[in-house]
Amino acid sequence: MSDTLHVSTRKGLFTVSRKAGQWGITAVDFLGDNVTLTLSDRRDGASYAALDHGHFGVKLHRSKGNGWQEIATPTYPPKPEGYEEKDMWGRPINWTTARIWALAAGGTDEPGVIWCGTLPGGLFRSENGGDSWEMVRSLWDHPKRKQWMGGGADLPGIHSICVDPRNSKRVWVGVSTGGIWFTEDAGASWTLRGEGMRAEYAPPEQAHDPIAQDVHCLVQCPLAPHRMWVQHHNGIFVSDNEGKTFREITGVEPSTFGFAVVVHPREPDTAWFVPEIKDEKRIPREGKLVVTCTRDSGKNFAALSKGLPQTHAYDVVYRHALALDERGDRLAFGSTTGGLWVSEDQGDSWACVTHTLPPIYAVRFR
Amino acid sequence: MAKVVFTPNIQRHVLCPQMDAAGKTVREVLANVFSENPQARGYVLDDQSGLRKHITIFVDGMMIRDRERLADAVNDTSTIYVFQALSGG
Repeated sequence: MSDTLHVSTRKGLFTVSRKAGQWGITAVDFLGDNVTLTLSDRRDGASYAALDHGHFGVKLHRSKGNGWQEIATPTYPPKPEGYEEKDMWGRPINWTTARIWALAAGGTDEPGVIWCGTLPGGLFRSENGGDSWEMVRSLWDHPKRKQWMGGGADLPGIHSICVDPRNSKRVWVGVSTGGIWFTEDAGASWTLRGEGMRAEYAPPEQAHDPIAQDVHCLVQCPLAPHRMWVQHHNGIFVSDNEGKTFREITGVEPSTFGFAVVVHPREPDTAWFVPEIKDEKRIPREGKLVVTCTRDSGKNFAALSKGLPQTHAYDVVYRHALALDERGDRLAFGSTTGGLWVSEDQGDSWACVTHTLPPIYAVRFR
Repeated sequence: MAKVVFTPNIQRHVLCPQMDAAGKTVREVLANVFSENPQARGYVLDDQSGLRKHITIFVDGMMIRDRERLADAVNDTSTIYVFQALSGG
């Protein structure tokens, strides 16, 4: 059970800890700087923090318990001389790390391996805890990669990385917008998965094309890896065969639109979401902030609201800002309006830690 | 040698003291600066070795024009300022 959270915000990294039964801020790092994501590597205890310094670019820092140190940033290879690649608006795509959008530890059998997903779509792998990075060229050079498009950001990006707990050579990545990509040879080759997802924003003949899917977040149940959940731009989808095919979950109140999803580590039928009004408004319905939870693989959902604001709440919860601890009991989420809530009973009740943080981009249990 | 001055704002992240460096173009001068201070390179240049989107460089009071190749000419008495652009917010 984790007693510590890393909360990444527009103006710093906040460490939130449980002491005498109360959660509170116990440390602030990078105050004033834009921290976009963290990773806590349970294999060796190291923590990673991604920063976006705006003028000065994206940087990565690591702490092994003795303070943060800047480490190598994933770097795109030189673009071939004369080669032009354009985005969906016809503007040149700069081969440079525009955002670190996913960080995942490799398997327990490969200490030091870290995966990193970025905008504009590059996937990187480190074998030494981030001291150096290598781009996964097989995915970047895949001809279909050029069909990826911007979703919430102008540029496409990799936001979700799932490493198979049974075999760390098998990895899934979620792309916004570009579907779900799978490798079973540690990144040497890739196939597109995700039949059954549906894109309302695409013309009818492309609506079911797996590469047209705007996956907002992809998660895999550690104890039952065949089960994957997707929070998609068009709703909630679930797979029972490692992402080969999905079925859509409909009729969920107050909404199936959102960004984040977490799945229980041992109960594949149990997953949590934070719904918003789709998709032009992106605010809680009627100003009531709720978390939805299914315990029967999507047949039924409960809207959990105890302890959450139920009037004039306009909190949006980004895809990395909902977290579940390793045991599956404690949940936490943070919002664009600086609210942070923790639950110790799987979401049945919530306690507000603070509602005055800067905009929150990511919440992770350490 | 040209004189190179960095914005004070970069100093919080990576120390970039004023220094003199040789070179006939901005790229040559900066290459010599970054050989002394390799960490600073990624704060000023992007992955393709072009100038970061919201960084500007002035040579003797003129904003450089070649942001990709940094081919703007420099002479031995030049002063080069590496600034943040207002466009970065």
